[in-house]
Amino acid sequence: MHKTTKQRTNVDWFLTVLRVTSLAMIAAGLLAFAAQIIDSNNPFARWANPDAISLTGEQFQGLVVTGLAQGAMYGLIALGYSMVYGVLGFINFAHGEVFMVGAMTGAITSNKLAEAGYWESSFVLCLMLVVALSVVVCTITAVIMERVAYRPLRGKPRLIPLITSIGVSFFLQNCVLVLLGSTVKSYPDLPNWLTDKRTFLEIQGSKVLVLAVAALAMVGLWYLVEKTKTGQAMRAVAEDAEIASLMGIDVNRIIVKTFAVGGAMAGVAGILWGLLFRSVIHTTGFLPGIKAFSSAVVGGIGNLGGSMAGGLTIGVAESLGPLMILEPLGVSGPSQLRDAVAFAVLIIVLLVRPSGIFGERLPSEERT
Amino acid sequence: MTVTGKISAIRGAGPAPAHRRRLLDQDWPRLLRAGAVLALGQVFIALSGMPVSFDRRLLIDPVLSLGYLSLLWLPLVVGYWVGREQVLEGMAAYTRGGRDVAAGAIAGLLGNAGLTLLVLGITHFDIRDPLVNWSPQLLDILEFEESVWLGTLIWPAIGAGTGALGGGMHWAGSRTSRTTVTVLLSVFGTAVLESVITDLTQGFHVEAVSDWLYGPKRGLTYPAAIAVAATAVGVMTGLAAYRASPARDGRTTRGNGAATVGGSESARPAWRRMPTRRAMNLVLTVAAIVVLPLFLGRLTNELLANVGLFILLALGLNIIVGLAGILDLGYVAFFAVGGYSVAVLTSPGSPRFDPEIPWFGALFAAMLLAGLAGLFIGAPVIRMRGDYLAIVTLGFGEIIRVLLLSDWLSGTFNGAQGITNVPGVEVFGLATVRGFEPRSVLYLVLVFCAIAVYVSWRLENSRIGRAWMAIREDENVAEAMGVDTVSAKLMAFVTGAVLGSFSGAILSAKVGSVFPHSFAIIVSIVILVVVIFGGMGNIPGVIAGAVVLIGILGGPNQPGLLQEFAEYKILIYGALLVWMMLQRSEGLIPNMRRARELHIDEMNQDVWLRAQAAADDAHNEGGNPRGGRL
Repeated sequence: MHKTTKQRTNVDWFLTVLRVTSLAMIAAGLLAFAAQIIDSNNPFARWANPDAISLTGEQFQGLVVTGLAQGAMYGLIALGYSMVYGVLGFINFAHGEVFMVGAMTGAITSNKLAEAGYWESSFVLCLMLVVALSVVVCTITAVIMERVAYRPLRGKPRLIPLITSIGVSFFLQNCVLVLLGSTVKSYPDLPNWLTDKRTFLEIQGSKVLVLAVAALAMVGLWYLVEKTKTGQAMRAVAEDAEIASLMGIDVNRIIVKTFAVGGAMAGVAGILWGLLFRSVIHTTGFLPGIKAFSSAVVGGIGNLGGSMAGGLTIGVAESLGPLMILEPLGVSGPSQLRDAVAFAVLIIVLLVRPSGIFGERLPSEERT
Repeated sequence: MTVTGKISAIRGAGPAPAHRRRLLDQDWPRLLRAGAVLALGQVFIALSGMPVSFDRRLLIDPVLSLGYLSLLWLPLVVGYWVGREQVLEGMAAYTRGGRDVAAGAIAGLLGNAGLTLLVLGITHFDIRDPLVNWSPQLLDILEFEESVWLGTLIWPAIGAGTGALGGGMHWAGSRTSRTTVTVLLSVFGTAVLESVITDLTQGFHVEAVSDWLYGPKRGLTYPAAIAVAATAVGVMTGLAAYRASPARDGRTTRGNGAATVGGSESARPAWRRMPTRRAMNLVLTVAAIVVLPLFLGRLTNELLANVGLFILLALGLNIIVGLAGILDLGYVAFFAVGGYSVAVLTSPGSPRFDPEIPWFGALFAAMLLAGLAGLFIGAPVIRMRGDYLAIVTLGFGEIIRVLLLSDWLSGTFNGAQGITNVPGVEVFGLATVRGFEPRSVLYLVLVFCAIAVYVSWRLENSRIGRAWMAIREDENVAEAMGVDTVSAKLMAFVTGAVLGSFSGAILSAKVGSVFPHSFAIIVSIVILVVVIFGGMGNIPGVIAGAVVLIGILGGPNQPGLLQEFAEYKILIYGALLVWMMLQRSEGLIPNMRRARELHIDEMNQDVWLRAQAAADDAHNEGGNPRGGRL
């Protein structure tokens, strides 16, 4: 925003106060937490919350790893938001539901595989199969969504496709509800070597697996976007669709491919959700979807590396934030406020640095 | 209207030369595509469980249940859709005829073959594990409880029949097809409105009418359905005759579009411009609204009270979304503020604030708090991009729900248990409004709706209202023209918030309790659908949207007329939102200015076409080309 010559209004003062207060609250919480770690009886530690208990090193490590694993999942979903925003300039609100479709597909296929007895005997092969299936289903969902709901709206004011995508989101969610029923679908048990805590750093194997799969998907995406012809075309369309089309790029095809790649990433993320939480229901996509969007904004929308980093930030913040900031400030039952913390991160980032931590990459006409 | 239609309408000339096409001279790829879409749609509807769960609800006594209707409407629509043709400038238009009927029939046949496959699939395979409705009950319904053969053969036949009917609409001409649609809708409407009509006849002590209309197992009886259809035909014919009669100044509403579509004031007959007529209409409507609840039973009054609550919410959101063009997805926050502040202040069951104050006092507190919440939520988001703003307001809506649920604030809001024992409303010692007397609630809601309509109406034409609309069209231009965009947008938030808090305040007194789960995000979305469906920025549109949607389908936690739809409500709301955005983004009853903003390209095209036509005419007449400007 280039409003340098504008006079500061009351709203600006209010925003400044809000920025300073929120940052001060975070700082106070963190200081109080640090004070508890140093010595649980010093006056600053007991200032806001005399009953606060600090975390042990092991708990802290566990929270960080959980946060990272969830954050990697948010990051994968965020890539879909970020790519679509980069190319089309609108928020595909229904992307979270694509992720849920992936998790559902995973639950159904893995249960079928478990019934047939393959899940136990050859887990890695089964997992690869489940991921592949989920990726296919999610890609198809995303492409159909683009074709039916978004393509006719090309060139409309950007709130119109956003409203449409809200409709698509609730439609998809309830399609799954009416077709598959309202019961919780659970994933079959993971093999022991994944659920046990390893001697190495005391980390649960499933979380390592999640991080590894996410890293693999990220590398694949990086290769696609940076090293292939399609990726080059995607970047060109994101930079300026009109000029890209003059250079002989079929913009519609590239947009479809963007949706497809975003859907595929959401499909992988859906399986990661299955590995982490082991159950899925038709409303599963909503909150992770919004948190993933927050991740994309926090990292800088349109910026793929930023989306992943934003995801990790949001994941760690919602995992650590309640215990490191809210509890020392005297909030009781802080873990219930996890979702609120994720949204608060979004709001604070937008207040303090609206272009995200790593800067957004958008076509020139989208920058305002 | 097609482009050729426009040109010919503008020039006043006849349609382009037309010729007939043979029966099987079809656009086969299009038919195949339509058939595939229909097949997918029908199989989806069947597997969604609608036929099974709606089967009990009879519409026309022995022949048609809502369940079968759910499988009948799509072939009709697709049959009509395949016959739609865009006639381009300079191309010959084809005469409508048997070919359209054949196209509809073929599409319907191909599409319903999907149901045939489904019948065969259910008989031979069992995939009930993921697909819950892959069940013998569904098979029974698809087979009409007869045999597999009947089930496999009859559906394509039904599809061909209904598809042919849909395609035939093109052939039949606009008057006949409009009459057909009216007949179908009025029979459907009478069947759906059964409980309301029964209620009304009881109120007026003419139960005989509803006894005759409806059979013992609900649903219209045979003769009644025919009578309703005959009445509809009669009314349509009468109207058409009236429109064509000299009493209407010799004008017809249909026919040459260009003359009446523009609708300049002087083109209307004099009696329609008379202000007394409008005033009389208004007085009659108000009188009907005031008197009618006295004759209605509990059920209908309850239904109307729910509709009224959503009218209030929709009018509030209409100010934010429709007038100021700010997409607020967390509107439920203000609803929650209204509901919870009244509950905390009036209920003896609330953990804090012991001196309980009367409802009207609490209402003022609620308004104040909602206004503050509007400022507090509005101020940080006001400078954001439109789409970021949407997600952040959604986040605020969710934060408020999480906070209401949390242990941290359970000292005030009682967490998941909610606040119960909210007393009714004492209206100055004259009457008490309580939830178990829906009529009293309805009157209270009506009063607040009247206030909200008046406020919206006055604001729309005020200085701030015009500022909102300027911002909606183009914020930068508005700012350049001297509109204080920041304070105008904040005003929109605050006004919308206060209107929303009314609804919350009434809700908590009506239900007698508030729970965090009543204020989930889906409430925001449903209100948004109501506003968009009715027509953003248009008060009658928003009211109509609330009456139709909330009345028939129901709100997120409130049942509507079609209680069977409970499970499918949100599905339908989602589909409706997408469909509205794709087909008619200005809504049911559009706001003229808003519609113009949305269709600016098409209008520019019209202007261009008109200019071309004028230039051509001027050229042909050999006159000054400038003189031909329209």
